[in-house]
Amino acid sequence: MGEVYPKIYLYRRIVKAKLFIDEHFAEDIDLDNIAGEAFFSKFHFIRLFKKTYAKTPHQYLTAVRVEKSKLLLQTDMAVAEVCYAVGFDSVSSFTGLFKHMNGITPSAYQQEKHRLRKEIKTAPLKFIPNCFAESHGWAKKSNFQEVEV
Amino acid sequence: MIAKLSHVSVFVLDQDSAYDFYVNKLGFKVHTDAPMGPGARWLTVCPPEQPELEIALMAISEGMMFTKESAHAMRDLVAKGTFGFGVFECNDLLATYEELKAKGVEFTKAPTQEFYGFEALFKDDSGNWFSLGQKEK
Repeated sequence: MGEVYPKIYLYRRIVKAKLFIDEHFAEDIDLDNIAGEAFFSKFHFIRLFKKTYAKTPHQYLTAVRVEKSKLLLQTDMAVAEVCYAVGFDSVSSFTGLFKHMNGITPSAYQQEKHRLRKEIKTAPLKFIPNCFAESHGWAKKSNFQEVEV
Repeated sequence: MIAKLSHVSVFVLDQDSAYDFYVNKLGFKVHTDAPMGPGARWLTVCPPEQPELEIALMAISEGMMFTKESAHAMRDLVAKGTFGFGVFECNDLLATYEELKAKGVEFTKAPTQEFYGFEALFKDDSGNWFSLGQKEK
């Protein structure tokens, strides 16, 4: 028997749950409640969510929190602040999860991003293929810091 | 031998608005966002699962690339939806369609089973259109 797609109203409920996680990831989300709001049994909800997004709701929530933490780590926030800001309640478990998913600790990631940001600011032409730089007239500047920003 | 495509340009009417569309609506990641002097910015984004492909969101403005007349003509053509820039792929077209619609993305074709595959068409905030297809499951 071929693949049968769930009806579109089921998709809308699953998408609504996903968007709820996207918006409320930093809160203490009760995934059982999301299943209830989507009018599914918990088991049915998890099964459909995983079929759609290849992750259980809990795995997806964790992935969203880690992705959001990567954005915050590009600011000057401390690792612990970032951890709590995205909804984790333990710095050690956040660090472990982050390293497991990205192969690097949050603090090493932050240092690397800060270094990159500084390099982009001081030497942006290193990051732009020359054909694009020339077409914009940017390649003529031997030292980009001379340009007023 | 050419190995891969690393950069592709998409001409946009407004880079701030394009940033919001591609990052906050489509969920793309910012690769490089560099101010390049007064009124100039190098902004590239990547699809979430393709960090090696930079999509340069290029402002259409008078300068080295465009004369005043050609910039005006180009802006007009982009806004009219003249250009289709490519095909994006997702894991689940119906779910992605419902999510993007909920975020305000304009679709010009709802998911449709065609002889070549399952596809929808959408426009970016400037008027550029893209096909959206589903990976074979």
